[in-house]
Amino acid sequence: MTNTNTSDRKPMIECRGVHKHYGDYHALRGIDLTIRAGEFFSLLGPSGCGKTTLLRTIAGFEDISDGVVMIDGQDMVHVPANRRPTNMVFQSYAIFPHLSVAQNVGFGLRRDPRPARDKAAAVEDALAMVGLAGYGNRAAHALSGGQRQRVALARALILKPKVLLLDEPLSALDRKMREQMQVELIKLQRQVGITFVLVTHDQEEALVMSDRIAVMFEGEIAQLDGPEALYSRPASRRVADFLGVMNFLPARVTQDRAEGVLVETPGFGVVEIPNRNVSRANPDDAGPMVGFRPEAVSLLRAGQPESGNITHGTIDEVVYYGDMTYYDVRMDGAAGFDGIAPPVRISMRNVFGRELPDVGTRVRVSWSPGGLILFR
Amino acid sequence: MAGNRSETAQGLTLITPPLLYSVLVLAAPLFTILAYSFLKDGYLTVIREFTLENYVQVWGDPIFRRIMLRSLGVAAMVTLVTVVLAFPVAYFLSFVVAPERKALWLFLITIPFWTSYLIRVFLWKVILGYNGVINSGLLSIGIIDEPLTFILYNVNSMVITLAHAYAPFAILPIFVALEKIDRPLLEAGRDLGENRLMTFWRVTLPLAMPGVVAASLIVFIPTIGDYVTPELIGGGKIPMVANMIQVQMLALDNRPLGAAMAVTAMLVVAVLSLAFVLVNRRFLKVQR
Repeated sequence: MTNTNTSDRKPMIECRGVHKHYGDYHALRGIDLTIRAGEFFSLLGPSGCGKTTLLRTIAGFEDISDGVVMIDGQDMVHVPANRRPTNMVFQSYAIFPHLSVAQNVGFGLRRDPRPARDKAAAVEDALAMVGLAGYGNRAAHALSGGQRQRVALARALILKPKVLLLDEPLSALDRKMREQMQVELIKLQRQVGITFVLVTHDQEEALVMSDRIAVMFEGEIAQLDGPEALYSRPASRRVADFLGVMNFLPARVTQDRAEGVLVETPGFGVVEIPNRNVSRANPDDAGPMVGFRPEAVSLLRAGQPESGNITHGTIDEVVYYGDMTYYDVRMDGAAGFDGIAPPVRISMRNVFGRELPDVGTRVRVSWSPGGLILFR
Repeated sequence: MAGNRSETAQGLTLITPPLLYSVLVLAAPLFTILAYSFLKDGYLTVIREFTLENYVQVWGDPIFRRIMLRSLGVAAMVTLVTVVLAFPVAYFLSFVVAPERKALWLFLITIPFWTSYLIRVFLWKVILGYNGVINSGLLSIGIIDEPLTFILYNVNSMVITLAHAYAPFAILPIFVALEKIDRPLLEAGRDLGENRLMTFWRVTLPLAMPGVVAASLIVFIPTIGDYVTPELIGGGKIPMVANMIQVQMLALDNRPLGAAMAVTAMLVVAVLSLAFVLVNRRFLKVQR
């Protein structure tokens, strides 16, 4: 999350009622979306949700069946891909194998009126910007995955587009490289100030990099929000489930109040959930549910003083991650209204050198109503 | 490494029959020709004495030079026409035809091979001839008053015939090269500001070059040595090198001279092919 407030910026990309049909398949079902200038925007969703189609629509590789796509206030309907103020970093990077690194980066400068020497300098600058200074004469096919991606970035950014489109740019890299590139991309975006639109299926990547995220399912935007709001106040169970881990417990709404909703939940008893934590988009008819993130509650060690509400439980599973551990805990009295008591997942940061509790250990779960979300 | 040895033995056993066959029908005649080319001609007999006389004669013969050049010229022309005509077909196959239809299209392209080469050449004679399909057709609808003569018994008609005969050989390698081009590369070309034509020129064509070079080679080499087409379509009046060799070998019964011509022609083709291969390698290196 880059934490830059971009809400006052002018709109750069506007989609109004965008539909896309492929024969019988309805890939985009009425996308309304405004991406602001200078924003790092992500389209997040599972494969087949239409996020790549939407990106390709903005780039001009797909015609839209209905609706309007505007870039910087201009209707793009009749503007072909090569005339749009956008450039793309392709998932496969699409580095031209018959050209050198410098020729790849300079590919789009053919019609640039500057003399050849200035263009060569621009290519060198672009390579330096992505950390590939001096690589110009290399053959493109001799590059590693990470280097290819940098070339693809330099090749797009050298043209100073209004919008840079990134189609799953990090998915081909290994984890370490991916995390490094995430930080580099954020810095690069801040440095050049260009609007970045990223397509990803990796929720962590979206949370790390974006100013705002549109979560998409089946050709529709399910929620559009900043990373923090999206994570802590998901608009629907589906969004909550897709972004990180969310525990769900069956709930029974007992009373609507001015500041919140009174619900009864096995394990937690009767709780008042504040209105800001109530999500009314729960279309899958599973009845009301109370959800909480693994870090919204905590386990108390033996002898640790109690604070807030306490529920007792038994550790069912311990999943060790090095810096933190997931504990699957069966809470007492959590055998729901139907008698089933699924374990809930609770995460705790590990303290170096301290022993972890074993499976079967009785524990106290400390929680507060502020950490609970009601989906009704 | 006992296992390895038996594997080697197995491999040798497997390739022995085809190897024997190739030695018998390919290498042995080639060596015979090579040997003949260094022997003396004793009119109707061959004198078994080493000489370079035949080569001196071949290289000094203006008629051989003219015919060799004509062969190269015709082959070059055929190659140019074939590749230029094959490229759009291959492009259509690769970029326009739906993936599930490609096999069918490839199959259709091989249909001309169902008819023997000789018959196909003969058919062109029927089409292009003095009283052929084209002439009688044009005459009957009154476009021309007398039969066109520039389409039979000359180089044009030979180019038309050979270009048709070798079209599939040119289409297939170009098609394969085009198939290997990652489609996002073409989108990248458009994304970086080039229209379709410039993207073709700067991305598609350079990446298809290995296929184009291979196609050229495949068409060029056999057409130089083509014998049937000059005989039938050229009417025997514009012989190519194969016809000249045939005349030396059989009609004039000067086998050593004919052999020297054959070896010389082979050398010329080999040198040109080598040049082709070197060009090809330059493009192939880039491809990887």
